[in-house]
Amino acid sequence: MQREAAIREPLILGDKSYKDITDDVVGPIQGDAPIGWKIMITISSIIAVYGVGCILYLLGTGIGVWGLNKTVGWAWDITNFVWWVGIGHAGTLISAVLLLFRQKWRMAINRSAEAMTIFAVIMAAIFPGIHMGRIWVSYWVLPLPNQFGSLWVNFNSPLLWDVFAISTYFSVSLVFWYIGLIPDFATIRDRMTKPFAKKVYGLLSFGWSGRAKHWNRFEEVSLVLAGIATPLVFSVHSIVSMDFATSVIPGWHTTIFPPYFVSGAVFSGFAMVQTLLLIMRKGMKLENYIHVKHVEYMNIVIIVTGSIVGVAYLTELFISWYSGVEYESYAFINRFSGPYSWAYWIMMTCNVISPQLFWFKKIRRSLVATFALSIVVNIGMWFERYVIIVTSIHRDYDPSSWGEFHPTNIDIGVFIGTLGIFFTLFLGFARFFPVLALNELKTILKSSGENYKKAQENN
Amino acid sequence: MNKVFHVMYDDDDTLKDAASALVAKGIRVKDVFSPFPVHGIDPIIGVKRTRLGIAAFMFATTGTTLALLGMWYFMISDWPMNIGGKPSFSLIENLPAFIPVTFEFSVLCGAHGMAITYLLRNGTLPGMPASNPDPRTTDDKFVMEITTEQNALSADELEAAIKETPLFELSTKDYK
Repeated sequence: MQREAAIREPLILGDKSYKDITDDVVGPIQGDAPIGWKIMITISSIIAVYGVGCILYLLGTGIGVWGLNKTVGWAWDITNFVWWVGIGHAGTLISAVLLLFRQKWRMAINRSAEAMTIFAVIMAAIFPGIHMGRIWVSYWVLPLPNQFGSLWVNFNSPLLWDVFAISTYFSVSLVFWYIGLIPDFATIRDRMTKPFAKKVYGLLSFGWSGRAKHWNRFEEVSLVLAGIATPLVFSVHSIVSMDFATSVIPGWHTTIFPPYFVSGAVFSGFAMVQTLLLIMRKGMKLENYIHVKHVEYMNIVIIVTGSIVGVAYLTELFISWYSGVEYESYAFINRFSGPYSWAYWIMMTCNVISPQLFWFKKIRRSLVATFALSIVVNIGMWFERYVIIVTSIHRDYDPSSWGEFHPTNIDIGVFIGTLGIFFTLFLGFARFFPVLALNELKTILKSSGENYKKAQENN
Repeated sequence: MNKVFHVMYDDDDTLKDAASALVAKGIRVKDVFSPFPVHGIDPIIGVKRTRLGIAAFMFATTGTTLALLGMWYFMISDWPMNIGGKPSFSLIENLPAFIPVTFEFSVLCGAHGMAITYLLRNGTLPGMPASNPDPRTTDDKFVMEITTEQNALSADELEAAIKETPLFELSTKDYK
C-alpha cells in the first residue's frame, strides 16, 4: 500500500469508508432536487433562453446587429471566444497535467473541472460560428471536396489551425471525461431503484462491470490520454494566440503571445473552477472532499499563472518602447492612456495585483476571500481580451477612421446568454452526474483519508 | 456440472492477500470485480499489461501521415496558392506552417483510435448488459470469480480452500 507523509494534510476528511464516498456522491442524485438548485437553474435557463433568442435574431438579421464598425471588426465576439476557451483550459490541465505529475488532490476536482471545460468550449465555439453570419455554411472551414473548383481551405492560416485545435480539444476532452465517467455511472446504475433511472444509467455506463482486465486497460487509457492531452492543452491556446500574433496589427504582432495566453488561460480557468466548486461543495455537502487544502492548492496555481501574466504585461509594455517602432509604442501608450485606459487599469488591477494577495496564507486559505478574488480574476481576464482586441484595432493607421466600439444590446445579450447556457449545463451536470471521480477517490482513501492517516500515526 | 464461486471481500488488501494465498495453492482466479482499480492484483491473478499504448501510438502515426498527405495534396499538389510569399511549391519548405495541424490531427487520431479500441476490447458499449455478479462490486465490495472448469481441484476442495480466506460472503452457482 502507498504511504503518505504524516505531515501532509489529509485529502479526504472525516471518518470515511468506501461506502461513505459512494453515498455522499450518489445520495444527492437519488434524492429530490434541493430548492436552491431549482431556483438557480430557473434563473440560468431564463438567461439562456434570452441568449438563444439574441443569437437567433443575430443569425436572422446579420452581424450588423453587433456594434462592429469600420476599424473594430472583432470585438465582444472574439473577446468572449478567447475568454471561454481560456476558462476551458483548467479542466484538462487538472485532469491531464496533474495526473502526469501524480497530484492526488486533483481527484476531488477533476470531474467537475472537466465538465466545466467541455461546457466552456461549447460556449467558445458558438462565437466563431455566429461570427460567420451564415452559420449554415460553417462546414466551409473543413477541407471538403467542393464544386467551386479546387478550392481548399488555407492550411497556412492560424484561423484554420484553430478549427483543428478547438475541435480536437473539445472531442478529446469529452472522450477523456466520459471514459472516467463510465465506471461511476455503473456505480449509480447499481444503486438506482427506479426502473427508468436504472435503465438510463445502465445505458450511460456501457455495461461496465469493473473486471480486473478492464481496470488495467482503464488506467493505461487514462495515462496515455493524459500524456497526449497535456501538449494539446498548451497547443490550443498557443494557436488561439497565433490568431493575433501572426497578424501585422501593432499590439498583436508579438512573439510573447503563446506562453502569455496559455498562462492567462490556466489562470482564468482555475478562477472559474474556484467560483463553481466553492458553491458546489456547499450546496452538495462535499466539504469533506473539496476542502481548504484543495482551495489552497488551486490558489497557488493562480498566484503562479497570475504572476506570469503580470510579467507578460510588463514585458509587452517594455518591448513596445524598446522596439523603437512608433506604431507599436503608440498601441501601448494608447492602451494605458487612451480612451480605453479604464479597461486597461481594470485588467491590471484584477489580474496583476489581486492574485498577489494569495501570498498571504490567511487569504489563500479563506473561502470567502477566494470566492471574491476568483470573480475578480474572471472579470479581469475578460477585460484582458477586450483590451488586447479592441484597443489594438480601434485606431488604425488612418486617423480619419478612428472610432470607438460600443456594444449593442445584442452583443451584451449573446454574452450574458452564453453565461446562462453554461450555468444551466453545469447545474444539470451537478444534479445528474457523479460530481466526484468516485473510482479515483477510493484509490486514495487509504493513503490520504483522515481516519486512515490517524490510525497509521497511532501505530 | 461446472461450478462458479463468487467470493466477496470487503477490503482491497484482504482481497489481494486472499488471491495470493489461493494462487499459491495452485488455484486459478478467473477474474476480479472491484469498484476501483486495485493496484497490485494484476500480477497475482495473471492479468498481463495491456497493449493499448502501442495501439494509440499506431493510431497517432496514422494521423500524422494522413495530415501531411492531405496538406501536401491540398496546398502543394492540387492548388498551390501564394500566401504572403510562403513557399507553396514544396512540402518541406512550407512545413513550419503545417506543424500545428499535423500535431492536432495526430492527437485526434491517437486519442479517438485508442478510446474506440478500448471500448471495443472491453466490450463496454452503449446498451451492453452489466456482468458484475453483485451490484455491491461497484460500491465497496470486491468479488473474486473462481470456476471449477479452470481448476484441477474438485468443487468441494475449492470451496474448502476459499473458506480458509477471510471472506465476507460466498455464493455458488452451477452452470453447464
